[in-house]
Amino acid sequence: MIANYGFKDGSGDWYVTIDTDKCNGCGKCVEVCPEKILEVGPDEFDIFREEPVAFVRHDERKKVRYSCAPCKPGFGEKPAPCAGACEFGAISHSEGWKALYER
Amino acid sequence: MAQQGKPVEFWRWPETNWVNPYIDWEKGKLVTAGVDVGSVSTQAVIMVDGEFFAFGNTRTGSDSPNSAIKGMGYALEKTDMKIENIDYCIGTGYGRVNVPMAQQSITEISCHARGANFMYGPEVRTVMDMGGQDCKVINVDDRGKVLNFMMNDKCAAGTGRGMEVFADLIHVPVWEIGPRSFQISKEPPSISSTCVVFAKSEVVGLLEQGVPENEIMAAYCSAMAHRIMELLKRLGVKEKFVITGGIAKNEGVVKRLEKELGIKTAEQVWANPQYRKKNYPFDTQLAGALGAALFGQALLKMGKTISVKKT
Repeated sequence: MIANYGFKDGSGDWYVTIDTDKCNGCGKCVEVCPEKILEVGPDEFDIFREEPVAFVRHDERKKVRYSCAPCKPGFGEKPAPCAGACEFGAISHSEGWKALYER
Repeated sequence: MAQQGKPVEFWRWPETNWVNPYIDWEKGKLVTAGVDVGSVSTQAVIMVDGEFFAFGNTRTGSDSPNSAIKGMGYALEKTDMKIENIDYCIGTGYGRVNVPMAQQSITEISCHARGANFMYGPEVRTVMDMGGQDCKVINVDDRGKVLNFMMNDKCAAGTGRGMEVFADLIHVPVWEIGPRSFQISKEPPSISSTCVVFAKSEVVGLLEQGVPENEIMAAYCSAMAHRIMELLKRLGVKEKFVITGGIAKNEGVVKRLEKELGIKTAEQVWANPQYRKKNYPFDTQLAGALGAALFGQALLKMGKTISVKKT
């Protein structure tokens, strides 16, 4: 399942996307996130899934635009810490921030 | 002061409930319930052995527990079933953690996907839930499992509550807006903003200019359709495409969206031919609660949980 956490408004798309089929719940992304917006736990969208999965914390979902901004996801050479830490490439960000810094 | 007996609140859509006359629930093995406490409406659905048994569709009050109790009471009203006879109850929707009779809560995304799969059949690939204060786009597989989802709940623009505010403003019952928005000579330009507050002032402006009511309704519906379209673009729409939730009942929005999208929404009838033949009521708002009740059934059958029936 592809889970999009975040929102879309007049200024663009602000989503943290987690591909739960690639995620094994190792929790490396949780450790590296400077804003601590990620968490590992039971999959709330697939109640039949046995292994834990990474997700964006409930209270952070409407703020990802600002929480993720310091890492400048999609902008420059290096991937955002969370995306870089995931060996399966399960985490990605929408174009909002990229467009923001390219401006 | 408002005159008595005259409708003064135009957003107040009628509450409904129904019980299936073909089922004797006392012979059933598993009775499960789903309660979907949304921001605007609350639905309770009761299923007996995976068959649709009863539902109640009510407006949400000021607190979730009471709304859930009211919804469930309304669903049980025409039956002789008691809440103790229910094996398992699952809460969903915004107020899902505050449903007193529920043993578990599941997100409305999973429940809507599952419910739409049951209502419209396994060919459903894209479910759009137009709720009271948010909209969700969900891509699902043939078993109703979520493959990809996106939610926009940061702002209530272009949602059910916005439509209710609009109905109140122009003094037209909310269920008449759809049909009346087509009684126009030509399609007017849409309202420039879907933000409920901005749209409201724009509508007031139009009313003052003497623009006919029906034209304002058309303008508002097309603005809403346009906003929904923006959301759909990101995830992509695959057929069979269905809309659940209250806005699906508003043909003014749905038909304009279909036109803009170039894809027709699936017919609003039960996929199950038996249900169709026997004329079961089809209510797009029920998807969430239906899904929750179905999850209860699945969990009990898989032995992942146990019945809490007291009698």
